Amino acid sequence: MTITRHKKILALTAGATVFALTLAGCAGGDEDPADDPTTENTAGESTDSANAEPVELTIATFNTPGFSNSENENEYQYDLIEEYMELNPHVTITYNRAAESGDARENFFTKLGPGGLADVEMVEVDWMPEVMQYSDLLADLSSPDVEGRWIDFVEAGATDADGRLIGYGTDTGPQAVCYRASLFEAAGLPSSPDEVATLLDGDWANFFSVGDDYVAGSGGAAFFDSAAGVWQGMVNQLDQAYEDEATGEIIALENPEVKALYDQLTAASETQSSHFGQWSEDWFAGLSNGAYATMLCPPWMLGVIEGNAVDTTDWNVANVYPNGGGNWGGSWLTVPANGANVEEATKLAAWLTAPEQMAKAFANAGTYPSQVAAYEDPAVTGAVNEYFNSAPIGEIFAERAVAVVPSPYKGEYYFQVNDAINNALTRVEEGTDDPAASWDKAVADIEAIS
Amino acid sequence: MASTDIEAPPADQQRRNRRADSSMRQRLARWDLKVSPYAYIAPFFILFALFGLFPIGYTAVISLMDWDTIRNSGEFIGMENFEFVLNDRKFWVSLRNTFFLLSSIPQLIVATFIAAMLDHHLKAKTFWRMGTLVPYVMMPVAVSLVFSQLFADEYGVFNEWLGYIGIEPIQWHKDVLASHWAIATMVNFRWTGYNALILLAAMQAIPRELYEASAIDGAGKLRRFFSITLPQIRPTAIFVIITATVGGLQIFDEPRMYDTTGDGGADQQWLTTTMYMYNTGWGELNFGRASAIAWLLFLIIVVFGLLNFFLTRRLISSDSSGGK
Repeated sequence: MTITRHKKILALTAGATVFALTLAGCAGGDEDPADDPTTENTAGESTDSANAEPVELTIATFNTPGFSNSENENEYQYDLIEEYMELNPHVTITYNRAAESGDARENFFTKLGPGGLADVEMVEVDWMPEVMQYSDLLADLSSPDVEGRWIDFVEAGATDADGRLIGYGTDTGPQAVCYRASLFEAAGLPSSPDEVATLLDGDWANFFSVGDDYVAGSGGAAFFDSAAGVWQGMVNQLDQAYEDEATGEIIALENPEVKALYDQLTAASETQSSHFGQWSEDWFAGLSNGAYATMLCPPWMLGVIEGNAVDTTDWNVANVYPNGGGNWGGSWLTVPANGANVEEATKLAAWLTAPEQMAKAFANAGTYPSQVAAYEDPAVTGAVNEYFNSAPIGEIFAERAVAVVPSPYKGEYYFQVNDAINNALTRVEEGTDDPAASWDKAVADIEAIS
Repeated sequence: MASTDIEAPPADQQRRNRRADSSMRQRLARWDLKVSPYAYIAPFFILFALFGLFPIGYTAVISLMDWDTIRNSGEFIGMENFEFVLNDRKFWVSLRNTFFLLSSIPQLIVATFIAAMLDHHLKAKTFWRMGTLVPYVMMPVAVSLVFSQLFADEYGVFNEWLGYIGIEPIQWHKDVLASHWAIATMVNFRWTGYNALILLAAMQAIPRELYEASAIDGAGKLRRFFSITLPQIRPTAIFVIITATVGGLQIFDEPRMYDTTGDGGADQQWLTTTMYMYNTGWGELNFGRASAIAWLLFLIIVVFGLLNFFLTRRLISSDSSGGK
């Protein structure tokens, strides 16, 4: 299987190279194709882009956005990059992918000022607030063609104070609740997805009271995976959690809601959390060994669970989320304003983030579209995940996406403040400090931010 | 007379010219002798000035500013960055961690021991010697990934083994000391063999007659090691100690890869100063403050390096005078 895959990639690369060479040959052979009307006419007959001058574009992404076959060991159903080059013969695309969002972020900020970024750069929701401070260095992508393409909070997240749209949303992460049916059953709780959805329908207090029942019924096993995981679910529902939208000042310590959520969570997490740090070795092991029974899960988490608990058969997705909706993750495609081919790059970004293409990316890599129209695309709504006991994930996440409240405000210091509180929660989980002492340390950390 | 008068000047001039000529050549030769070595080492120093000295100076300038690296502009704020860093709890915790993580002392003791063993007549000498270098060739990130699996708190291999002999699982990622042990293990795994090979090379250069003579005089193995081996490898030992100390103060890869966030633990259990600098710079995009940390770390390394130099010189030389 691997051999055929390599062959295919080889063939693709070879094809692309030949193609690029032909293009280069054309450009070099005729003195200037743009000046020569005959070449234009013979070269392009159907689309207007075909008679444009050859352009070389670069696009930089991270993780697996589902754009190109080169991303993954498993062969994708569609290769969007190849498809775009076929539709636009004058465009040659170089596809660069960083393994992790952190690497991409570092690269982005190193080169944003002096130049040298790719023509199209993918930006993750985690560092979007920082990027927004430099929105003037990115091209304004707003155009009537894309108006209303995305769900509100995705579009709002990439619109700066002057109303410039600097990013086209790709995927998003509306959250549902993943749970293990057999563990629920053993603890004496209802276990079918519909029953669990009804059970967890309500606010966080309800979620934690179900957690208490689970802990009691299971003889002390943990209900959810980690306090930090639940925290992001809770705090993302606040409108202005850490910073004042008008002044940009840090209000985390004055905001009574933040402290109230912290108290509520630390009270519950003492017995209900597995106390594992997200993404730690123990946390991954817990996916299969029953160390915890639930996890708040955006669509991309399904792949993580499946990949790390291949032999576990009872993971399920319930169409519910405590206290409304929540979003975890998501990305945008941006176009640096000092790039050489801003116009062509914008076209590419617009094409890639169109609902039809994002539906294909979803089929490729499970990245859930942020485009409104995609939620009516049968390719998306009809999606069923066999690993999750044939859960109708297309339908579930479409409903979850609509439930997400528009854009909690995230300013310049959002992630520093959030880190401080996450550390506070982790200290409580690890038993380094009690909740009050840990909060005091967080206060000191937050006061130091400026 | 007149004719001699007329002829004399040219002869005189010739002589003078010759003298001037030869003195010119001499001067050139002298210059060549004096100046050429400088010219030959100049490329290194030009590169050093460009990539070493200039950044150090530039960092000093930036450390006095509220710097925006993306717009490449800043605002002069004096010593504010230094003030902030020196008042930040995290800075002092990171210093504590950096010094605790200074595993160079046990590492060098073990390295010297291994080197002394390799200095014996072993079968398949090259195999053993190259074997000590294998960990050094491995990528630090790969080493960290492997070790972080072994050191997982709940389901890690080490804790499982400890469970077999009835020892409570150790909280590798929560306890300060345990996390330092775990990270020091990774660092030593990588560097011990490397240092051992350098020390071995120094040991091989010791004249064998010294050992023979002392053996005839009745010195035992231990005595020979302390009275001959150690004093003889002194210059190399000083070099190894200083590089290991500087390396230890700059330790970064292993603690950063120790957990997934790279923040050095929720309570900064294993946050080192370099990590603190990196997180301030790249995490918070506050390069002014990060530069201030860099300068403080630089000063600490210089002080530590000098201290080390004098201490080791005295320590080892007193050994040599004791064993005359």
